[in-house]
Amino acid sequence: MKISFLQRFSSWIILLLGILYFALPLLGTFEFSLRMKRGEYSLEAYRVILSDSRFQQTFSFSVMMALLTIVLGVLLIVPTAYWVRLKLPRWRPIIEFITLLPLVIPAIVIVFGYIRLYNTSSWLPLTGSSFGTDILMVCGYTTLALPYMYRAVDTGLRTLDIATLTEAAEILGANKITILFRVILPNVTVAILSGAFLTFAIVIGEFVFAALLNRPAFGPYMQLVGANRAYEPAALAIIAFGITWMCMGLIQLVTRLQKHTRIQAPR
Amino acid sequence: MAFLEINHLVKDFGAQRVVKDFNLSVEKGEFVSFLGPSGCGKTTVLRMIAGFETPSSGHILVDGRDMVKLKPNQRNMGMVFQAYALFPNMTVAQNIAFGLKVAGKSSSDIQATVKEMLSLIKLEELGERYPFQLSGGQQQRVALARALAVKPTLLLLDEPLSALDAKIRVSLREEIRSIQRNLGITTIFVTHDQEEALSISDRIVVMYQGKADQIGTPFEIYNRPATRFVASFVGTINVLEAQVVEPSTGQVNLADQTLHLQRALPQTHGNSVSLALRPETVVLGNSRSVVLNGMVQEVSFLGSVIRLRISIGSQSLSMDGFNQPNTQPPSIGQSVQISFEPNDVLVLADA
Amino acid sequence: MSNSLTVHQRTTLSWAWLGVLPFLLFALLFLILPTLNIVIGAFQNPEGNFTLENIANLFKPSILDSYWISIKISLASALLGCIAGFLIAVAVVLGGLPRFIRSPIMTFSGVASNFAGVPLAFAFIATLGRVGLVTVLLRDWLGFNLYGTGFNILSFWGLTLTYLFFQIPLMILIITPALDGLKREWREAAAMLGASGFQYWRMVALPILWPALLGTFALLFANSFGAVATAYALTGSSLSIVPILLFAQIRGDVLHDPHLGYALAFGMILITMVANGLYLWMRARSERWMK
Ligand SMILES: Nc1ncnc2c1ncn2[C@@H]1O[C@H](COP(=O)(O)OP(=O)(O)OP(=O)(O)O)[C@@H](O)[C@H]1O
Ligand SMILES: [Mg+2]
Repeated sequence: MKISFLQRFSSWIILLLGILYFALPLLGTFEFSLRMKRGEYSLEAYRVILSDSRFQQTFSFSVMMALLTIVLGVLLIVPTAYWVRLKLPRWRPIIEFITLLPLVIPAIVIVFGYIRLYNTSSWLPLTGSSFGTDILMVCGYTTLALPYMYRAVDTGLRTLDIATLTEAAEILGANKITILFRVILPNVTVAILSGAFLTFAIVIGEFVFAALLNRPAFGPYMQLVGANRAYEPAALAIIAFGITWMCMGLIQLVTRLQKHTRIQAPR
Repeated sequence: MAFLEINHLVKDFGAQRVVKDFNLSVEKGEFVSFLGPSGCGKTTVLRMIAGFETPSSGHILVDGRDMVKLKPNQRNMGMVFQAYALFPNMTVAQNIAFGLKVAGKSSSDIQATVKEMLSLIKLEELGERYPFQLSGGQQQRVALARALAVKPTLLLLDEPLSALDAKIRVSLREEIRSIQRNLGITTIFVTHDQEEALSISDRIVVMYQGKADQIGTPFEIYNRPATRFVASFVGTINVLEAQVVEPSTGQVNLADQTLHLQRALPQTHGNSVSLALRPETVVLGNSRSVVLNGMVQEVSFLGSVIRLRISIGSQSLSMDGFNQPNTQPPSIGQSVQISFEPNDVLVLADA
Repeated sequence: MSNSLTVHQRTTLSWAWLGVLPFLLFALLFLILPTLNIVIGAFQNPEGNFTLENIANLFKPSILDSYWISIKISLASALLGCIAGFLIAVAVVLGGLPRFIRSPIMTFSGVASNFAGVPLAFAFIATLGRVGLVTVLLRDWLGFNLYGTGFNILSFWGLTLTYLFFQIPLMILIITPALDGLKREWREAAAMLGASGFQYWRMVALPILWPALLGTFALLFANSFGAVATAYALTGSSLSIVPILLFAQIRGDVLHDPHLGYALAFGMILITMVANGLYLWMRARSERWMK
């Protein structure tokens, strides 16, 4: 179908407006982050942030949380998604519904529930110790990541013929656990990695859980810097944007790598 | 002047010339098929008539009116697509009503036309169904009704049957043809299935590499193919190479046997000439005037027809004969005589 | 042979649900029970008896105002996000833009839709704050005083504009596959039947896209309705939207009544549930034509 000049013209206008809206805040932030020294552009704000010991502590804490969340998420979701596809197809709507709930129930409500349910005077006083609180936080983050992780893994499994793979492995004498870890897992690596990078991007700057559970994470640290400093927040925003971009870039990279391996190994 | 006139139509996609000097005139009420191999430009010509592509040069006139500057929605044509293209969000009745609604017809008019169309395609009961509740053949009939509801001046069909299975394909093509005859609507039908084209067309345009190689009735196309391409594309044909001995009387030499074609040949003595021969024009024995000796190479029993492959020197030809319950077909390796009439032989122009 | 096979299948079937037990247990402990707890708490007084008083207290003007401004911001950012994202996606998919821009736009959308929370607030302060880049450029180059018009990044429009930074990309990500699903033949068939481009969109394309549009709208609404971090980092407690109010309540009982906090949270769940219920209902109505 021919596309008229007017259509093409308005498409360009819309695109340019969009680019303007998205580029200006990033440019503005970047420019602002360079203005710490009077009269010249410098990376001073970044230097201050990166050498702040609180930055290093909170950032490594959040990275740790993100990694634990990813591990818990994979251990929980991969076997479930596999099992549902293999044995319980009729349960799929229910499981899917549960995984989508965190998109509907606001995170702040979930933490609120944690604080009430697992406080020091409850049957499971997780918030009593910092170790217990960390466990609770990892579980909370896993809940937040549930929709993304489950969808990524389930999509990955859909492209595999699980039933045949499982049967083939069973004939060769493997049990279900072996099959899961040696046969299924390697075949959905890309899906898991995609979900993992997304989880990482979500967890690393998460604010509500960490603030309300009082843990020294990167999100509350950023908020604190924002409330007290002028230029450092802009530098932090650029760093956070860079991390998000990196995570998305990695997702693209692994997806592309998979395409190459797929061509070599016909299914 | 004919109803649809296409003059010197050319279409380039970038550097590639996809349609080259295409000319055609179609009379009112005629059913014309475009036949050709994949990629020869059939769809492109059709889409230029519909207005979805702009010709690089040339004219398309309907009833004397130049179409090229009109938008598709101003041309008042009907089109049926290969993949049905029914609107999935509308019922059968709403699909058929679409063009009328867009044209601002009154709702009583619309109802009457929808009813008429539904009975035309024999789906009176299914007006309230959604497309996903129909079979492929039913969907395609609805698509036809939808195109016809607006009383188009020209009906364009782009391989409308190719997504259907063989049985429905045959019955639906008969149905399309009879509806077309009853309404007297000028129709262009694109297909790459030669049997389809031969069975339902008034005329066929055989296309090859963006050009119309031959335009003619199915009978002409089949029996008098104008080019080597048409001969080989439509039906099965044997092409044999022979050496001209005497151009004026049509005496040629084929595998050391002499044949009299009883007509003058354009080639001169010693040149080679390509002779084309349909399998069904050849018989066993010497009952026809041109006789050749050969050897049976292959016998295929196809039911009512028995196809033999006969080798003549280093070449070979196929011949068809009807099955005779009381006559055993010749066996492989047997030497046989075959014969045919000289005017069944086509002398092909050099490609 | 066939007999033993069926028996084998029966036994595995009946125990198969054990395989999802860990997941169900996790969901129960960390998603469903906490939520239920809040819901129950909303209907209890401090002594643990049933009461409707907490719910009734939600209808105090100050709290109603909070809900109202939250709903307004969520509606505005979801609606504008849907419209802007839709226009951009249409321009990219159908608008005749060069094909190579599509992949970078999708990647960027993936990044921007996840760039929410505290850093996003910083970015908008650095851009549209009192000394932000755009504010300054408008003043120095065009002599236009943005803050003179009553604009404030800490206001309704400021927050909406900020939320759009993740709402628009989310819309683009979700609606692009739906636009790809529009067949070229539908457009051409409509044109052949005499429909204008506008008629095609009104009668064919939009009805087909309607379920996807509605679903994304509901998602975007819930997305901004529950967002705390961006708003908190942007406005502190100066804009009293519901999540901020709840945040402050959890931290320090600003409402002087813990059970009013549960009611507040219950109200949030209720609103996002209603939004999604509405979506499911409208989708069921508009999807009769689907398999
Ligand atoms: N939009 C386009 N851009 C570039 N080349 C095109 C375009 N449309 C068609 N072509 C080329 O034009 C040639 C003719 O295409 P067309 O679709 O007309 O063939 P066709 O005869 O309909 O084939 P088929 O039987 O497979 O449908 C092909 O080589 C095709 O690759
Ligand atoms: Mg074609």
